[in-house]
Amino acid sequence: MSGTGTTTATRADHCVVACAESWRNAGEVLASPMGTIPTIASRLAKLTFSPDLLLTDGGALLTGDVPAVGAAAKVVEGWLPYRQHLALVATGRRHVMMGASQIDRYGNQNISCIGDWSRPRRQLLGVRGAPVNTLNNPTSYWVPRHSARVFVERVDMVCGVGHDRAAAAGPSASRHHRLVDVVTDLGVFDFETPGRTMRLRSLHPGVTVEQVVDATGFTLTIPTDLPYTRRPTAEELRLLREVIDPEGLRIREVPA
Amino acid sequence: MSRNKTMTAEEVVARLDSGMTVGIGGWGSRRKPMALVRALLRSDVTDLTVVSYGGPDVGLLAAAGKIRKLVAAFATLDSIPLEPHFGAARQRAAFELVELDEAMVMWGLTAAGQRLPFMPVRAGLASDVMTVNPSLRTVTSPYEDAEELVAVPALRLDAALVHLNRADPHGNGQYLGPDPYFDDLFCEAADEAYLSCERIVDTADLLEDHGPQSLLVKRAFVNGVVESPNGAHFTSCAPDHERDEPFQRAYALAARDPASWRAFTDRFLSGDEDAYRAAVAAFHDEEASA
Repeated sequence: MSGTGTTTATRADHCVVACAESWRNAGEVLASPMGTIPTIASRLAKLTFSPDLLLTDGGALLTGDVPAVGAAAKVVEGWLPYRQHLALVATGRRHVMMGASQIDRYGNQNISCIGDWSRPRRQLLGVRGAPVNTLNNPTSYWVPRHSARVFVERVDMVCGVGHDRAAAAGPSASRHHRLVDVVTDLGVFDFETPGRTMRLRSLHPGVTVEQVVDATGFTLTIPTDLPYTRRPTAEELRLLREVIDPEGLRIREVPA
Repeated sequence: MSRNKTMTAEEVVARLDSGMTVGIGGWGSRRKPMALVRALLRSDVTDLTVVSYGGPDVGLLAAAGKIRKLVAAFATLDSIPLEPHFGAARQRAAFELVELDEAMVMWGLTAAGQRLPFMPVRAGLASDVMTVNPSLRTVTSPYEDAEELVAVPALRLDAALVHLNRADPHGNGQYLGPDPYFDDLFCEAADEAYLSCERIVDTADLLEDHGPQSLLVKRAFVNGVVESPNGAHFTSCAPDHERDEPFQRAYALAARDPASWRAFTDRFLSGDEDAYRAAVAAFHDEEASA
């Protein structure tokens, strides 16, 4: 399947390209990916259409080269310990792609816990930096398994702030609030609707609208003229297979 | 010559009282003052309010029932995303949680160190951090913008516990890894701070191989220094030692049920720090021969 000669792109390849597109035109900012496919995607974006992106090694170093996932960088161009990273968020010079255990139609995201917060049915990560992220710098989401358990009518704890909550809280909350994309294993979603609710923007090849609707616990806006997610170019496939992810970690996250 | 502040982990814990607010340095499963935490586990000090970028420090104290209230944005083992004891304790509502955003914790500690009542931040607005912490207040900018921001209250600590790579006997602490985390802030936010380190060296030797910017903690903010080689175990303390991943996996596995956790505490946590080190060495011998 992963023969370098073929131009056939897997579902995982489409997911990577769709995530990478979130950082197109992001400018000279830190790309902050959470998870395997967003990490691969940020490196693909940097090696192709967004060369000005800053990338970290996942720790305190800004890398000057673009190593394969899991490999150490050979060149370091900067230092970003946690204290500076948290402060950088408030400068806005960052575009983060977070995960979501739950997300609703307005883009409210939960990674803290499932059930009643005071005694959760399942404790997850905690709120982490989702509040500071969503109020200060552009935010996208990556969901590797699109399901009605993730795409819910109402999230149990609002960690990342969605459009309705930001608007209701007033100008200080909405001033720098910007949700860009939600990418899943089924398609790409955005909030380009009059009510700033979630819209299906493109389907990955091989996915049907019915599949997406069945796996979503709220009503999506579905345009009549619905495109497919763009195919990776031959050069992008070469970079993925030979440079960024020769081990195929992306296929482990989204199986073919 | 300033005071010699060297002491043992037991002497540190003897200075702590039940009911105190204790800040713990490091981040997740990285450079946690684990030898001090283990000494705390052996003591009868309890009913603590713990402020931490949480890792197994929070897990162990929660499992031992020593936390009354936790102030945190998360608890994680990094290579294992969910801290098992933290999760289990939350799911039985074992302690009160003040769940704050990561940046709010940093600015709360900063306010405490700067002797300010609060710091204004955007983080938290419109999120359920405001809902689950009804005591959080907002503040309106007195300038033309009139922005309404969150007033993160100062996170003042009775005591701070941190672990660094090197220190001198007077409490000057040095980090040699890539990230200082927030250990200096924890010390400045605390009435008393206790610093354990991999090795105590003469003041004159601190800068033998390293620049002055590696001197993170100043002695004016430190009340006790403990030499504790491998004192962050099983969390990482780069460059002195990496995280002990096989041991962390054993910890996380044991935390899954009460019987295996009892066996783990009997084997590793029933004696003093020397006994702990010996039990860990025996664990690795077994792993190597398995």
